[in-house]
Amino acid sequence: MSSTSPETLTGAQIAVRLLERQGIRRVAGIPGGAILPFYDALSQSAQIEHVLARHEQGAGFMAQGMARVSGEVAVCIATSGPGVANLLTAIADAKLDSIPLVAITGQVAKSLIGTDAFQEVDTYGLTIPITKHNFLVGSAAELLEVIPRAFRLAASGRPGPVVVDIPKDVQNERIAVTEWPVPSGPVPTPAPERKLIDEAAAMINAAQRPMLYLGGGVVHSGAAFQAVELAEKAALPTVMTLMALGAMPVDHDLSLGMLGMHGARCTNLALEECDLLIAVGARFDDRATGKVSAFCPQAKIIHIDIDPSELDKIKTAHLGIRGDVQAVLSELLPQVEPSEDHPRADWQARIAELKSSFPMQMPGIDDPRTPYGLIRAVADCLDDDAIIATDVGQHQMWVAQSYPLRRPRQWLTSGGLGTMGFGVPTAIGAALAAPERTVVCFSGDGSLLMNIQEFATAAEEGANVKVVLMNNASLGLVFQQQNLFYGQRAFSSKFKGVPDFLKVAEGFGWQTLDLDATADPAAALKSALTTRGPTLIHASIDRHQQVLPMVAPGAANKDMIGD
Amino acid sequence: MNNAHSKAVLELNVNNHPGVMSHVAGLFARRAFNVEGIVCLPVGDGRTSRIWLSVNEDVRLEQMIRQLEKLEDVLSVRRHGPAHAVFERLAEFFC
Repeated sequence: MSSTSPETLTGAQIAVRLLERQGIRRVAGIPGGAILPFYDALSQSAQIEHVLARHEQGAGFMAQGMARVSGEVAVCIATSGPGVANLLTAIADAKLDSIPLVAITGQVAKSLIGTDAFQEVDTYGLTIPITKHNFLVGSAAELLEVIPRAFRLAASGRPGPVVVDIPKDVQNERIAVTEWPVPSGPVPTPAPERKLIDEAAAMINAAQRPMLYLGGGVVHSGAAFQAVELAEKAALPTVMTLMALGAMPVDHDLSLGMLGMHGARCTNLALEECDLLIAVGARFDDRATGKVSAFCPQAKIIHIDIDPSELDKIKTAHLGIRGDVQAVLSELLPQVEPSEDHPRADWQARIAELKSSFPMQMPGIDDPRTPYGLIRAVADCLDDDAIIATDVGQHQMWVAQSYPLRRPRQWLTSGGLGTMGFGVPTAIGAALAAPERTVVCFSGDGSLLMNIQEFATAAEEGANVKVVLMNNASLGLVFQQQNLFYGQRAFSSKFKGVPDFLKVAEGFGWQTLDLDATADPAAALKSALTTRGPTLIHASIDRHQQVLPMVAPGAANKDMIGD
Repeated sequence: MNNAHSKAVLELNVNNHPGVMSHVAGLFARRAFNVEGIVCLPVGDGRTSRIWLSVNEDVRLEQMIRQLEKLEDVLSVRRHGPAHAVFERLAEFFC
């Protein structure tokens, strides 16, 4: 605690001061009755800028965008009742992707809790299963303990969302503050057990066909450098989960790109043959593993994770190591034999053969009027400083398969929850947190309508966001699955009424580019992507284009549909 | 207390404030894992409580314990065998 001369402050003023002391400079939210004392205090803050979202879910995803780009805890604000209810999807999304978030929510006054008061909802109860932890604050004095603790919890170990629910009377309660708590940071994770590191090194050195499997934890831990070093030192063919893309540049010699449901044939076939799988900050999600009993059937497994409950959750590891993956990899590196001493020539040759025989097929890559071609044309206009966000659906998988992601935190996508509507507000949050960068959000016409109101926020903030809309007038991945697995009975997946997205965007004050109407798409893209400010880039695509290869849900990864 | 399933008894030390029981019960409920018996009383000065849970032995139990240990308000978790006396001694209140 740091002593100061005593001040009499309201709970709301204390909360704002504590956010300032945590180093928060930007929050996203929407005011409403039960959070108005907080907003009144926030209006007096010289340090914190408030981004006024147009829907609380948008505010939640803007905070996610800030957190995903920076790795720091970000804050969103909502009022009680519908405000909180609207925020839930963004909180649940942050939980599944381990994004550090603190949500400050207004609650009805303590005397009204439990009476079905106006705009009352059980925030505490609703957020138990979708947060790391949650608080219902009982007094202004409690805020001094709860808010630093919320930040510590959000950032420590495996990151995640924390909710701080503050009744209106607590926000208005005046108390004398004589001491301020020290701003909190993450609690260090205990060092990994030495013996386990030794065992892991021995297993890697003894393996004939080892593979490295990187997950989102590598990005969260800041361990991409160590992961690539390990791969290079031991010449480990490397696969990444959707969340880890960019941890190793996807065009690195050792990279086999994304594994799983929409991974390349060579990637999933290589995993079939490996004799050692080194899972780093990955959680064996069903979209990555396919049918778990058939995943890496020949492999021993080393599983490294900061969260002990992930070890043995889905797949029993031969060796589980609890620890911060950066610390574990750093200790492991010197003990791993360099590939010159241990060439594994047969395995290198086999990987090369798989890559040349079963590469990712990207039909139309040279034609910007196809999905892969459009993604490539966008990438050709940008460098690695650009941030690439997506919504959820076919466009997301095409981008995951084909965009040359080359650095951690370049890639913002809703992995665990798969939330349509994620892209636009997350891209806005990213653009505000990293104003020097260009943020591209690939989206689909289904996803875009789920948070399109945030176009207003982007215009107001002048966010440098470029939405590339792949418009197939359908819920493309649903349409694809109905065609593949439901007897081609396309139902409720084709839109009969499609808005004129260009006019909609213009109405919000965005710049627009209709690629359908341009003679030279590459030149038009270059101009649109290099002019600052929010821009909608519209491209029609064929509804019958599919994301391939595809592993049917529940099937083994070796049983892929398509080339 | 005997039926087809073999039982385990879990002993949790937890913070004592509203909502802690919800956190604990919710972990089981959302995994469709039935809790057969619950006993909870404050300990010492009342800042912490002890929760006794009677649960069926299940392959998921180890994962449940790891999830319990992650809860911020759960201070410790111990696993006992079915022979633990706590629920047996309470049986007379459930005749």
